[in-house]
Amino acid sequence: MKFWVSAGLVFSLAVIAAATVKNEYYFFAGYTVLMFVVLATAWNILGGYAGYVNFGTPAFFGLGAYTAAVLFKATAAPLALQIVAAAAMSGLLGLVAGLLTLRLRGIFFAIATIALTVIMETLFINWRYAGGATGLQLLRPAPIWPFASYTTMLFVVMAAMAVGAVAVARYVETSWIGRGLRAIRDSEEAAECSGVPTLKLKVFACALSGALMGAAGAPMPMYLSFIEPASTFNLNYAIGALASPMIGGMTHYMGPVIGAILLSTLQQVVTVTISGEMNVMVVGVLLVVFVVAAPEGILGLFKRWKKPSST
Amino acid sequence: MVFSFELLQEAVLFGVLLGCFYAAVSIGLSVSFGLLDVPHVAHPAIMVFGSYCTYLLGLYGFDPIVAGIVLMPAFFLLGVGVYRFYYEAFEKRGSEAGVRGIAFFFGLALIVEVGLILAFGVDQRTVEADYIGKSLSLGEMRIPLRMLVAFGVALVLMLALMLYLSKTFTGRAIKAVAQDEPALRLMGADPVRIKQWAFGIATGVSALAGALLIIIGPVEPGMDRVYIGRTFAVVVLAGLGSMTGTLAAGLILGISESIVLMHFGASWAPAVAFGLLLIVLGIRPQGLFGR
Amino acid sequence: MEKTLLDISGVSKHFGGFAALTDVSIAIAPGERFGLIGPNGSGKTTLINCVTGTLRNESGSIRFDGAEISRLPAYRRTRLGIARSFQIPRPFHSMTVLENLLVPLAFVPNREFLARSGVEEQSLELLNSIGLADKAGTQSNQLSQVELRKLELARAMAARPRLLISDEAMAGLSGSEVDEVLAILFKLNDTGITIIMIEHIMQAVMRFSQRVVCLDAGRIICEGAPAAIVQNAEVQRAYLGA
Repeated sequence: MKFWVSAGLVFSLAVIAAATVKNEYYFFAGYTVLMFVVLATAWNILGGYAGYVNFGTPAFFGLGAYTAAVLFKATAAPLALQIVAAAAMSGLLGLVAGLLTLRLRGIFFAIATIALTVIMETLFINWRYAGGATGLQLLRPAPIWPFASYTTMLFVVMAAMAVGAVAVARYVETSWIGRGLRAIRDSEEAAECSGVPTLKLKVFACALSGALMGAAGAPMPMYLSFIEPASTFNLNYAIGALASPMIGGMTHYMGPVIGAILLSTLQQVVTVTISGEMNVMVVGVLLVVFVVAAPEGILGLFKRWKKPSST
Repeated sequence: MVFSFELLQEAVLFGVLLGCFYAAVSIGLSVSFGLLDVPHVAHPAIMVFGSYCTYLLGLYGFDPIVAGIVLMPAFFLLGVGVYRFYYEAFEKRGSEAGVRGIAFFFGLALIVEVGLILAFGVDQRTVEADYIGKSLSLGEMRIPLRMLVAFGVALVLMLALMLYLSKTFTGRAIKAVAQDEPALRLMGADPVRIKQWAFGIATGVSALAGALLIIIGPVEPGMDRVYIGRTFAVVVLAGLGSMTGTLAAGLILGISESIVLMHFGASWAPAVAFGLLLIVLGIRPQGLFGR
Repeated sequence: MEKTLLDISGVSKHFGGFAALTDVSIAIAPGERFGLIGPNGSGKTTLINCVTGTLRNESGSIRFDGAEISRLPAYRRTRLGIARSFQIPRPFHSMTVLENLLVPLAFVPNREFLARSGVEEQSLELLNSIGLADKAGTQSNQLSQVELRKLELARAMAARPRLLISDEAMAGLSGSEVDEVLAILFKLNDTGITIIMIEHIMQAVMRFSQRVVCLDAGRIICEGAPAAIVQNAEVQRAYLGA
């Protein structure tokens, strides 16, 4: 119950902000942060709960974005339908990729996800209807009532998606599915011999994770009024989605949220004050430091700080 | 798409030269990942770092191949250090390190890549040598001399490493630790020191591979990304831990890429390695000569 | 003829060029206490892995309660009633002792038990019977060796098996600890569970087994009552090496 109250509160704040704040930059920054909350939460369902590292967030995110763009170009479909279609396509990609590669060890799955991104990018570079290498221009429709500007509307949509993604992650984590995934992460062999259908659960987590990432990508073409392969399949999405849960904490649904908010904000600050490259360096260093010294992330540090007498 | 026999011949020949180079680039990973089971996604990044070191030495008049050889001992020590750190931080603590180990090397790769950008900028760098810029005529075909040189050095490097692993005591100890670590321990050898040594050799080899990389063409800091696909495709196709397999797989990749490049264009080439990787993982994950 | 619970027939398994198992055939009756011995590397764990589904045998058949299972994934075999403990304990290290048992309790559905009580009660019941009840809330990565072995057995038991395979559960334990674990296995067998014991500790195998099979280099070299096996020249040669 506590969760839903907080979630409702957060969403209401977003709506209020949308109605009162005038500076467009805040919406852009806020949209980006919320989007990374969704990506990080989605990543963590497979990465944190089950222990399978996905380097291919851009593949799922980008496929979602392009699905939405192409659907809009072909049928002028409304945003809600675009999001559903994007989630379906990326979920399907997760299902297929999962079936092919999740029978193997974690490192093979990780490398296969890099392959997915390159292949997706290559496909869309060579698809002229979707704009090819130069990209596709899109004309935004009018915003739906009661929103005055399309940007604010997308901001609120993304806020809803963030709340939804976290709710889904929370459900998975606390259900029997989460218990099975945790068993897989701790010892896959023992899990299988304890009756856990490891392949089915892993593929499910991969498909769900992919679907959420695709949904996060869907509003992007509308946001920018433009889509092109290089920036859509950018490695930064992989880095952000992976580093946020590792820094925030991988065992609890709030970990990716904390990590995404901190990391996104830090990234914006560093990019603006120092440079774009330094931003990647900072993330790389943080990732290594946390992975080595604080494997349970910020949430873990917080727990340890609160109970100094733990055995 | 025009199909001609000459074009195919040229593509295959070019592919063989390129493929041998790919094999040399991947052989370090065959040792570190194939034999030692280290999820070394930073392997290409360290190789690119080697390319830039070669470039620096080139500014002082070093021939790139000589530079590569000179760098090998330093990179050997670097490899020993990296493995030691990885072992202390992750492997020692057991299997829960899986996710974190992969993330560690990913972070390392990022740091190396950005470090190179900060130090050298994003522009491409090249080296100069007598054999760069000239071509050899073979009948109707013109083969760039630098490709032949890279091919030759790569072949020698691979054969040297293969001989080392099968004929010398330490080399065979490395293969043994990959197969049966407890037995090795019973014989009084320290598996950690052997693995350290092996990782050092793999990294030292990467230095020379990096030199070959900058001989073949210009380098820029982001190149490690496409090479992650190529090296892992080769290592997986070869079958983990198989050195001869690495050569065969490298040739297969080189020829496939070359054919795709010549017939379909450059925009499809990056997908070849990754596509090959996915196919191998899907159909025959143990590769050609897998353990 | 006595019904056979587990029928291993002509099973072979290779790893590359290495023949880990060659034409192994064993028939195990319901309720039997069966011992599997052999020097290191003789294929005992490989055989067990083929039975549980962790590995796939290349040839031969494995029938459990009459049905062929060699094509089934491991979790299905567990749900049919085959459970095992691991030679090197593999606890779910992020979970407490109690939570470790909740995994098989949740994933191996057993209607008669679910009707009686909730999963947490069942988990505690099992921990009680094995002597780990006071460690229920402890993180499983903080247990001693013998406690870990007991947890392995408890977790296998939580899957409510008809066949329990104990893979070197007593390795490295002291004399009294071996007795503790042996007592648990006897108690389990009393409730009707068929038990296959893989062990190096000969006195445990002798005390426990009704029938023993000895493997060497992937083949069966001797089968019979414990006393006879121990005196068999082939077995002695296998262990002491000519």
